Amino acid sequence: MNKPDTPTLAPQPGLPTPAASWHDRKGLVQIGLLALLLLAPLAAHLLGHVYYVNLASRVTLVAMAAVGLNLAIGYGGMVSFGHAAYFGLGGYVAGISAYHAFDFTPVIAWPIAIPGSDSMLAIWLAALVLCGLLALVIGAISLRTTGVYFIMITLAFAQMMYYFANSWPTYGGEDGLPIYLRNSLPWVDTNDALTFFLICFAGLVLSLALTSRIMKSRFGAALTMARLNDTRLATAGIAPYPVRLVAFVISAMITGLAGALYADLNGFVSPTMLSWHMSGELMVIVILGGVGRLYGPLAGAILFVMMETLLGGLTEYWKLFLGLVLLFVVLFAKHGVMGWLAGRERHE
Amino acid sequence: MSDVVLSLAHLNKRFGALQATRDVSLDLRPGEIHALIGPNGAGKSTLIGQIAGSLRPDTGSIVLAGQEITSLSVAQRARLGLGRSFQISSLAEPLSVKRNVMIAVQALQGHSFRFWKPVHRDESLLAPAMAALERMALAHRADTAVAELSHGERRQVEVACALALKPRVLLLDEPMAGLGPEGSARLTELLEALKREVPILLIEHDMDAVFRLADRISVLVDGAVIAHGDSATIRANPQVREAYLGETTC
Repeated sequence: MNKPDTPTLAPQPGLPTPAASWHDRKGLVQIGLLALLLLAPLAAHLLGHVYYVNLASRVTLVAMAAVGLNLAIGYGGMVSFGHAAYFGLGGYVAGISAYHAFDFTPVIAWPIAIPGSDSMLAIWLAALVLCGLLALVIGAISLRTTGVYFIMITLAFAQMMYYFANSWPTYGGEDGLPIYLRNSLPWVDTNDALTFFLICFAGLVLSLALTSRIMKSRFGAALTMARLNDTRLATAGIAPYPVRLVAFVISAMITGLAGALYADLNGFVSPTMLSWHMSGELMVIVILGGVGRLYGPLAGAILFVMMETLLGGLTEYWKLFLGLVLLFVVLFAKHGVMGWLAGRERHE
Repeated sequence: MSDVVLSLAHLNKRFGALQATRDVSLDLRPGEIHALIGPNGAGKSTLIGQIAGSLRPDTGSIVLAGQEITSLSVAQRARLGLGRSFQISSLAEPLSVKRNVMIAVQALQGHSFRFWKPVHRDESLLAPAMAALERMALAHRADTAVAELSHGERRQVEVACALALKPRVLLLDEPMAGLGPEGSARLTELLEALKREVPILLIEHDMDAVFRLADRISVLVDGAVIAHGDSATIRANPQVREAYLGETTC
């Protein structure tokens, strides 16, 4: 990747070596983060601390949700302050489907009867489709605006979802909806904490791989150009709007899938998952980790949940310290934890 | 009509009380450079906006290679073969020169919704991009980030991006702006070689370049074309001398 692609180019002296070592460093950090995330719950499992296995699942799922958001914010330059809408919708898909499966009533009776299901595969599919459709509508409207207006309009849509869930008594309203039995997968026991963690981990790895692959493709090249200079993209003959919209939809689908798993992790879904605090939390994770860095959301999620757990155990005002850390990152380490660990991102 | 690649007919554009374009008609034929000159505030930028698609004329029509493009978007016009460069370079600075040009090749091929194959080893994107850079004598800078280029080199990248679209028409908005005499002479040479392949509508302040390059010149003053002809005619035109040339060079 860092080799000159054409023989006509004389390699600039000194360039290949630092580029290669920089690459190695980034690769090491990425593998290190994944290994940490994988090994910590394995160790906790062996020591019998189920709590920490579930904590690792939580890190994994907020990281995955943030990977989705990072595609919009970091790679697409679309600062969505409403990704809780997809996170929560995913959660409600899992909750509502399980609720109807539990008492054998249809989710929808008309025009076609759709039964509830406690199968994760069905729930994931439904979450992906519904979050994609919701993002298509919200994105199609929001992407007509830019800057602060985009931030506000995405927030407004998410708040609409929040208040809607709050005021819909069928599914618990503001009290939320419990999932009495964790939804199931064929052949594996999802109630086992470690098994469930591994499912989440696979989801995270897949979403990372997907993001990486997409950003290296032609679509990724167009999205990058839409972010850096949309006039240039239009002048080349590619309309930026559909490119952004598709990226926004993919981003929402990843976040929505994480939300469906998150509801299953907690055995509970409530409007909190749709609230602007959730959107803000995901944004903070992306910024902490490094905006537009592939592994930024993972680094950010580890830092965020660790602070929440360690400092939250000491004081209920732990968010004060989170604020200080965020302030530090924004002022002094603009490229986030990944920028600090792995060096600045270089474009080819 | 068949030997006209781009034609503007009776364009008018008004911003409130200001008539920025008055009944402008001009055309561009294969193999030529048609220069559009005019003092500051003459309405050149407004006219370019209408040709490129960022502005819509109030009345009049624009025809590119036999097709009416008056109401098409910037991206649609680019797909029909309108390549342009900007007065102020508009490139993605953190990306390499190569990547900036490759996006144009990608646009030309029309496959931007492909999510899987990595572009960095896609020869079908790379080879035409390198060829376009070669034309602008910039192949040796292909892997350099645009942010590290000199002003003149950025101009060349802009033209290379436009060339990579295999355009039917090049619309160059003050490509010499901000270039030193050396850079200007260099770009003049490159454009001269280019015009046989692609006709160029050149908006330019640099009079030496205009008189050297242009086959025909139109003079825009107060939104209207006041004179039109080859460089000898324009040099001799008293109206032009008064409105424009007298104030600056010559």
